[in-house]
Amino acid sequence: MSEIQPTRRDLGLEAVSSKPVVNNGAASFGTQLLGFWVTFRAMFKKPNTVQYPEVKEPTAPRFHGRHQLNRHPDGLEKCIGCELCAWACPADAIYVEGEANTEENRMSPGERYGKVYQINYLRCVFCGLCIEACPTRALTMTNEYELADSSRSDLIYEKMDLLTPLREGMLMPPHPMYPDMNDTNYYKGDVLGSHPSQEVKHD
Amino acid sequence: MSTEVVDMITVIIDGFEVTVPKGTMVIRAAEKLGIQIPRFCDHPLLDPVGACRQCLVDIEINGRAFPKPQASCTIPVEPGMIVKTQLTSAVAAKAQEGVMELLLINHPLDCPVCDKGGECPLQNQAMSTGRSESRFEGTKRTFEKPVKISAQVLLDRERCILCARCTRFSDQIAADPFITLNERGALQQVGIYEKQPFESYFSGNTVQICPVGALTGASYRFHARPFDLVSTPSACEHCASGCSLRTDVRRGKTLRRLAGDDAEVNEEWNCDKGRWAFKYVTAGDRITHPLVRGEDGELHEASWPEALAAAANGLGANRSAVLVGGRVTVEDAYGYSKFARVALNTNDIDFRSRVSSDEERDFLAAKVVGSSTTYRDIDRADAVLLVGFEPEEESPIVFLRIHKQVRKRSLKVTAVASKLSRGNEKLNANFLCVAPGAEADAVTAESLTAQSIILVGERASESAGLLSAVAALADRTGAKLAWIPRRSGERGALEAGAIGNLLPGGRPVSDASARVDVSTVWGADALPTTVGLSACAIIEAVNAGQIGSLVVAGVDPLDGENHHQTLAALKKAFVVSLEIRPSAVTALADVVLPVAAVTEKSGSFLNWEGRARHFEAAVVDSLNRSDVRILSMIADEMNRPIGIPTVKAASKELASLSTWDGARAKFAAAKPAKSISVSGNDALLTSWRRLLDEGTLQQGEENLAATARKSVAVISPKRAASIGVVDGDAVRVSNDNGVIVMPVLVENIHDDALWLPRNSRGSHLLATFGVASGARVTVVKD
Repeated sequence: MSEIQPTRRDLGLEAVSSKPVVNNGAASFGTQLLGFWVTFRAMFKKPNTVQYPEVKEPTAPRFHGRHQLNRHPDGLEKCIGCELCAWACPADAIYVEGEANTEENRMSPGERYGKVYQINYLRCVFCGLCIEACPTRALTMTNEYELADSSRSDLIYEKMDLLTPLREGMLMPPHPMYPDMNDTNYYKGDVLGSHPSQEVKHD
Repeated sequence: MSTEVVDMITVIIDGFEVTVPKGTMVIRAAEKLGIQIPRFCDHPLLDPVGACRQCLVDIEINGRAFPKPQASCTIPVEPGMIVKTQLTSAVAAKAQEGVMELLLINHPLDCPVCDKGGECPLQNQAMSTGRSESRFEGTKRTFEKPVKISAQVLLDRERCILCARCTRFSDQIAADPFITLNERGALQQVGIYEKQPFESYFSGNTVQICPVGALTGASYRFHARPFDLVSTPSACEHCASGCSLRTDVRRGKTLRRLAGDDAEVNEEWNCDKGRWAFKYVTAGDRITHPLVRGEDGELHEASWPEALAAAANGLGANRSAVLVGGRVTVEDAYGYSKFARVALNTNDIDFRSRVSSDEERDFLAAKVVGSSTTYRDIDRADAVLLVGFEPEEESPIVFLRIHKQVRKRSLKVTAVASKLSRGNEKLNANFLCVAPGAEADAVTAESLTAQSIILVGERASESAGLLSAVAALADRTGAKLAWIPRRSGERGALEAGAIGNLLPGGRPVSDASARVDVSTVWGADALPTTVGLSACAIIEAVNAGQIGSLVVAGVDPLDGENHHQTLAALKKAFVVSLEIRPSAVTALADVVLPVAAVTEKSGSFLNWEGRARHFEAAVVDSLNRSDVRILSMIADEMNRPIGIPTVKAASKELASLSTWDGARAKFAAAKPAKSISVSGNDALLTSWRRLLDEGTLQQGEENLAATARKSVAVISPKRAASIGVVDGDAVRVSNDNGVIVMPVLVENIHDDALWLPRNSRGSHLLATFGVASGARVTVVKD
């Protein structure tokens, strides 16, 4: 049995109109001069070059840089380990494992926290879909763009690398929730700082 | 068996005609056309209830329309019915949208923390049927959450949409009605009886069928999302029921297992052990390297070539035997069977690492191998006789199947036992109460028909003459006979010839033409001709110095009687142990070779029906290999190759052997033992293993262990009165070997008998007493 050869029509080539390339020889002197004018004009412009890394220009305010995991004002983590960021990620750069909060080990308000949180910056395309997906505003992006390193494994950022440092009035989790507040209060912004009773005495 | 004639009815759904059997619900008929009506409470295996109202459709019959949309899950088809679903009727679509809006009023928006998120029928159908934005501005009803309704099942009441699937399952399928719908109106909620926990062996199914995240499993809670998981269809390794399962793996670790859908076997259910007992594989103390006992008497890590050479040298030196536990796949069992015959030139192989008898071995060869009683036979039976078998504890899916028929058509169940179990109570069984050891007479006196079915358990071997009586009863009445072992690999090992009197395919060792059959396929010159020793005889022969080396796989010395003798034999002989984790055997072995656990290998089990339950590796990147591969390597090293280096090759070769069509082995009936009479404080021990106990394959899962039934010693009211105890008092049970102190429970049990769980917390009979049934013990108040 002979093989069936596709016709031009089968391939849809008849619908495409084509035009032969015509070489008319060198352009006229006037046209060439017009092209050099662009180069000539640039010689008198102020240069954009900065002496990076000695000089660092600020980025645009909404520049998509390294991620950050935020905290509630009392120090508890906002991340609930729901994996919606990982789900949204088009590059499969995020790995999350959730875990249940217990009375002894509370990392976030509510029932659940992110035990493992990794972002692989070899994969991340900084599209920001993870930020849109985050239901608790735990994940945001900073303007930090210096993400070069010498090994692949160092470019997988762990939870500790991504968590924002403790600010004024924050306590390092694990610690209990603010007295008489529940997770809804936290999300509504009723908790403004830590309470002395939240401090956990470490022996 | 008569083929049932079913009336067929033709209805029109969304303009398409469909013909279905009478009694079919409209929602099922629509499914047949590929029309999906949204639903929550509807489940094909549960009675219709119409609780969620999500499946409303417009119906008219012979030109007369119902005034309002009707729930399609509760309305059976009628001749002349015209149904318009949400696809063609604006009224139905609006009604469904309204119901969805009402269901969502009190449903919390906590999908990000809910385990069901991503595989949630409510989430999906809210997208397909609901509004894009909520109009509800009030405060949602909240409950305290989560409520532990058992150690393994958690309930978030505010997520519940009151579909009653869980309560119906517990009531109708599992017959454990421990959860119900309490309160009324907006406060209606699923609740447990205050005095009784949700103590059901099937509670995990409620988690699986919950259409929202109201019921979640404690061990999987918050650990993954559906898109993280790689699902593999698999088979359960825990018992001979042969459930099909789905194993969900995340990064090489099994996170959960769900019941698979197999209408012929487990329908859509499984038991909690099959669902949750899988952490033994990753319990941390896996054997990862071959170990060889050195000059110093200690086990040292060794390379594979070194370990294989040590094993081959030791096994080649003197007469060897093979003890393979009842948990290996049929391909692996075939590997052991061929290894014994070809590499070790012996028939001394036995898969029964438990209390067993020679009568049982003859019974298996004559009546069980090649037999084909199935679950369908239970569906059709006019009566079921249970002998030495507690379905709920020892083969839970058989229990569900019997219970289904008991509920549907009051199937007559008769149990020959010494104690009335809760499972048999639920089956409404006719309890033939006999003293331990006297079962044979009761079986002989039983009358059955050719439509009846006798289900005999592995414990029948513990009562001399019982299996003979069962065989005689089956022969006399024509009733179907099925042997239901507890372990998943026993039937497969029997068919693969991992027993002294049978070659693969049920060929009797004593039959010369059967031996020729096998030796042709194997390309072996001649096979050993003498019938092999049974497990107990092998142990005795080792201790007597006749056998010098053993290949042992998946055997726990504490599963058999006289474990001191077994341990002595293991100490004395050169032992090659194939194991996944350190055990009493590996501690005494000379060469320990690591093998793959069930999740890491492919293979198949034969369930009690003899049905192949094939499974592929769920964890694909494991370095561990199936037993048959390792046996092949040892055989190569011994220069007596068995030529089955892979599971596939083993399976192919076993299939090419097919089943024996020649004469079956003759069954010589054994005589019942003389009954032991007891008096005073003496009692006869009776026991069985509970489904959830301290078995090796249940280690590492504390939540599951917490749902096990409490250990008790069960005595009759008469005995309770004579030793002066009431429920809850402690009794001291003892024999020459040991003592067990246990709270007492007064129940329906033979006056001469005393029941203890065989391997539960505080009650390890074989380890303590050295016996598990039929023996004399002394019971006194503690």
